[in-house]
Amino acid sequence: MSDLKKIKEEFLSKLRGNLNLSEINQIKSDLFGKNGLISLQFKKIGTIAEAERKKFASNLNILKVELQELINSKINEIEINEINEKLEKEKIDITLPERSFVRGKIHPVSQTIDEISSIFSEIGFSVEEGPDVENEYNNFTALNTPDNHPARDMHDTFYLDQNKEKLLRTHTSPVQIRTMLKSKPPFKIIAPGRTYRSDSDQTHSPMFHQVEGLHIDKNINMSHLKGCLNYFIKEFFEVDKIKMRFRPSHFPFTEPSAEVDIGYKIKDGKIVIGEGDKWLEILGCGMVHPNVLKNVKVDPEKYQGYAFGIGIDRLAMLKYGINDLRSFFECDYRWLNHFGFDPLDVPTNYRGLSR
Amino acid sequence: MKITYDWLKDYLQTKNSENQLLDKLTDIGLEVEQIENTSADLNKFIVAKIIKTEKHPNADRLKVCDVDIGKKKLIKVVCGAENAKENLITIYASPGAIIPKNKMEITISQIRGITSFGMLCSEFELNLSEESEGIIDLIPTKFKKRIGKKYFNNNISNLIDLSITPNRPDCLGVRGIARDLATAGFGKLKTSKPNKIKFIGKQKIGVKILKEKNQGCTAFGSCLITNVKNTESPKWLKDKLTSVGQKPISAIVDITNYVMLDLNRPLHAYDADKINKGIIVRNAKKGESFKALDNKEYKLDEGMCVIADNSGVLGLGGIIGGIRSGTEIQTKNVLIESAYFISRSIRKTSKILNIDTDAKFRFERGIDPLSIEEGLIKSAKLIKDICGGEISKIDIQNTTKFKETNIKFEIELFEKISGFKISNKEILKILNNLGFEIKNDKKFLRLKVPSWRPDITQPIDVVEELVRIHGYDKIKKIDPIKVRSKPTLNKSQKLFHFLQRAIASKGYQETITWSFTDSKINDLFKFNMKNIEIVNPISSDLNVLRNSILSNLIMYINKNLDRGFKDLSFFEIGPVFYGSNPGEQKTVIGGLRSGKVSRSSWLEKERNVDIFDIKKDVIQTLAESGYENLKISIDEKTPSYYHPGKSGRIFFNKEKEKVVAYFGEIHPNILKKIDIKTEALIGFEIFIDNLKEQKKSLKDQKIKYEISDYQKSERDFAFVIDKNFKSQELIDVILDVDQELIKNVNIFDIYEGENIPKDKKSIALNVTIQSMTKTLKEEDLEKINNLIIDTVENKTGAKIRS
Repeated sequence: MSDLKKIKEEFLSKLRGNLNLSEINQIKSDLFGKNGLISLQFKKIGTIAEAERKKFASNLNILKVELQELINSKINEIEINEINEKLEKEKIDITLPERSFVRGKIHPVSQTIDEISSIFSEIGFSVEEGPDVENEYNNFTALNTPDNHPARDMHDTFYLDQNKEKLLRTHTSPVQIRTMLKSKPPFKIIAPGRTYRSDSDQTHSPMFHQVEGLHIDKNINMSHLKGCLNYFIKEFFEVDKIKMRFRPSHFPFTEPSAEVDIGYKIKDGKIVIGEGDKWLEILGCGMVHPNVLKNVKVDPEKYQGYAFGIGIDRLAMLKYGINDLRSFFECDYRWLNHFGFDPLDVPTNYRGLSR
Repeated sequence: MKITYDWLKDYLQTKNSENQLLDKLTDIGLEVEQIENTSADLNKFIVAKIIKTEKHPNADRLKVCDVDIGKKKLIKVVCGAENAKENLITIYASPGAIIPKNKMEITISQIRGITSFGMLCSEFELNLSEESEGIIDLIPTKFKKRIGKKYFNNNISNLIDLSITPNRPDCLGVRGIARDLATAGFGKLKTSKPNKIKFIGKQKIGVKILKEKNQGCTAFGSCLITNVKNTESPKWLKDKLTSVGQKPISAIVDITNYVMLDLNRPLHAYDADKINKGIIVRNAKKGESFKALDNKEYKLDEGMCVIADNSGVLGLGGIIGGIRSGTEIQTKNVLIESAYFISRSIRKTSKILNIDTDAKFRFERGIDPLSIEEGLIKSAKLIKDICGGEISKIDIQNTTKFKETNIKFEIELFEKISGFKISNKEILKILNNLGFEIKNDKKFLRLKVPSWRPDITQPIDVVEELVRIHGYDKIKKIDPIKVRSKPTLNKSQKLFHFLQRAIASKGYQETITWSFTDSKINDLFKFNMKNIEIVNPISSDLNVLRNSILSNLIMYINKNLDRGFKDLSFFEIGPVFYGSNPGEQKTVIGGLRSGKVSRSSWLEKERNVDIFDIKKDVIQTLAESGYENLKISIDEKTPSYYHPGKSGRIFFNKEKEKVVAYFGEIHPNILKKIDIKTEALIGFEIFIDNLKEQKKSLKDQKIKYEISDYQKSERDFAFVIDKNFKSQELIDVILDVDQELIKNVNIFDIYEGENIPKDKKSIALNVTIQSMTKTLKEEDLEKINNLIIDTVENKTGAKIRS
């Protein structure tokens, strides 16, 4: 038996056994190490007769490859087994609770303001603001509500001085005055914000939120007003159809004035907007009174337009089924968590107002 | 304004249903606030006869009556009235009836052990009169055949409560409402013939309106009716008043009330014999007072318009009469006043004295100045019809003459404002029916406004009348165009929205609390500011504007802690105030966190929230909002409501006066005062107005992209340094060593204790060094290494720890 054949048989049988990694490495070194059996055979090549040499070299190479592959596959097998064993050991109960997380929430009034802004943004309104403390002139007089006007009784005003010159604004309408005084027409703005009246029960709270709208340009008439509000209400309540009714009313700063009702019905204890034969008042509006325009140095012969005021809290209540206005401001953790919105839910035009 | 359809029909010829009426009222701007179905309730009041009375076995004052209510069986009713006796015919309220006076529902009930099947009523309980002694004693001859029948007429129509806007005083009378309805095509207005009346003699009581500054009365009409016999009103009049919820008193008073409600013409009746010599309309003098019909004594201010005689004040003109000259059932001679008072004067006086009456309500909105005579005639005739007597001639004193309003109305204006067209014929018809006098020029109308419409003063008011009557439903809808010529939000508004959501995304619940607060709590947070008081707060615990965003937040977090919640994070974004002038406010985002992190977790060790949690929230928020490239500086100067050693002030660069934020533990004294029970309470405030507007927009910030692909090296250092030395300063010193090469400095350990001197600490930090232009060699790194050590040692007095 040639040496090669001997080596082959001996080591094939060795490698067939159940070996661990170090045993295999021992075999590897016995064969391929500096003085390994195979290495020695290679050194022998030069001493072999020329006629035999080529064949010997070829056989040796074949044997080398065969043994090497066998060793490698053996090593591979062991490594895989080791990893599998390790993985088996590392197995854990993945149903254990995750690390706790806290979710912040956006208040429904803030969310509603963002929804409103998003809707009006699409039709070209920009957002204006004004201070919470106002002077008597901006809140009343400039809005065509002089001191002896009984309409002032409709607002239970909080005053900050005995002369009743400084007050907490009773509506967002003074932003109209500020906006028109600081710039030139056309105006196309909304102004959301806090408003205050000395009143408190289930449907009134001493602080609430309004959004004012104002569009002044040449030839803006009541049809534009109706179209704008119809669009807004439809978009806001995310319904295809809306029932809307304009009713004559009175605000000193608009003429003609209207209150707007939307149709609704109660189905399974929930309010459904846009259907049914009940009416719900949701906003006041009208054509800006020429006296107001004169007060802010806008020529009513050239410019005209509309204004509206919407109760934001009320809209939020209707859209999201909130019953008690006061709960908005009571900061009950459970309520905030229930009615609040995820901060990532930003109302946008392309994603829509809500999920 | 309360009306009934029946009363309207005095002026309106119509066959429409009540539901149609309600719709029409709303359509023309007379909002129906409420409908009270009075007739259904009143069906349960039945004429009844007491057959037998017995003393109640368990109560001395009560009687048990057997009552005939027209059924086969008598029923038992317990009654406490002294006049309850056999054969008395009275009114019985059956179970389910609602007593008009107190709105109580009658039920079958046990009264001291005896079951009472209803109640016998007094006039007072049924709002028929003030008589509360005893039960009603009906006249037998009239009622004996009606036993078992309903007492009240079945066809009493519903009470309709209208919310009349302040610009429409003309609709504070039934006739005015009828006029509006008829104009809008709802029935036909009945024109009544003027009352024919026989005047006998002159009005003998002199009337004088003094010419004084700010005289509140411009006209005073009067009429004297002598030899009257005041009495209870006839049933038709009582029914009329009760149908709209008014209480009948006596014929004379009822008549003045009736005329007021019918024509919107307030009147006042004086007992003429109680007037000392004559009537003087004048300004009140300082210190004057009088007792009004509401039994209250009023102290008057100088200048209030009073009706007086030679003995003093009789009444406040147009607001309330006085007891001294009031009519009584014995009154023989009546003086009726029908006057005109200026609304400003009425309003001022009633506000100061806090009086609200039907007359005041009408005068302050504006009464028809030309209705003086009509009111006198109508009331005088009724008094004569009901109480007899003779009517004097009418006397009217004027200081100024009424001037009618004339408007030049361009017809085009209608379409310009409303956006739709109606025919000229329609326009003329509407205006004519509303009472305008019209002269038709070609392009415009010359209009004389009816005297009962003080609200109409300019062309735009005419447009409203036309749209209103023609119908708001005729206004077309023009869809809005989707064009945006200006950004929706400006930069600071964008920042507001971003910060709001950035904070919420860190686990904070957004709250909205009042802009006002309790001064006691505000005192804890106002720091160096003054309380801004509300003159008329809604309650004493909401009496000042808040100086800090934390005052309400801390109260509400406490309430939630009381509810049993422990680990809470709340924030609010909104105004705080530093003065009482408009604009003296700033927008602040404030937050509070309480309790622990990882409470009862199987994974993590639980710990109290600390100021580095909240500092992270603030710094991360600022970075997210676009302030990552500004140099953030922090020092220890914080308001007194923070823990002095565990709080910080953040500002950009070196601009200390522009505080960007505070953060820190809430001062333990405050927690004690408010009695908050939590492991930890940490807060922050970010002052949005002090955040600079970013000059660069996002698109400009993104243009330059510079990174280095050369190898970066990290070196660790540990310095022993004064205990009070600020780590931030150490970092700054190192960064300054070579701004180009030193990319980052990170503190990874702070150590005090063994091997470190008592007043020192060891700060271990890791410095990242990288060049933009080459791979740094070992000697380059060694050089910068030594430079860092030398610089730190020289500048800070620290020693490298070997």
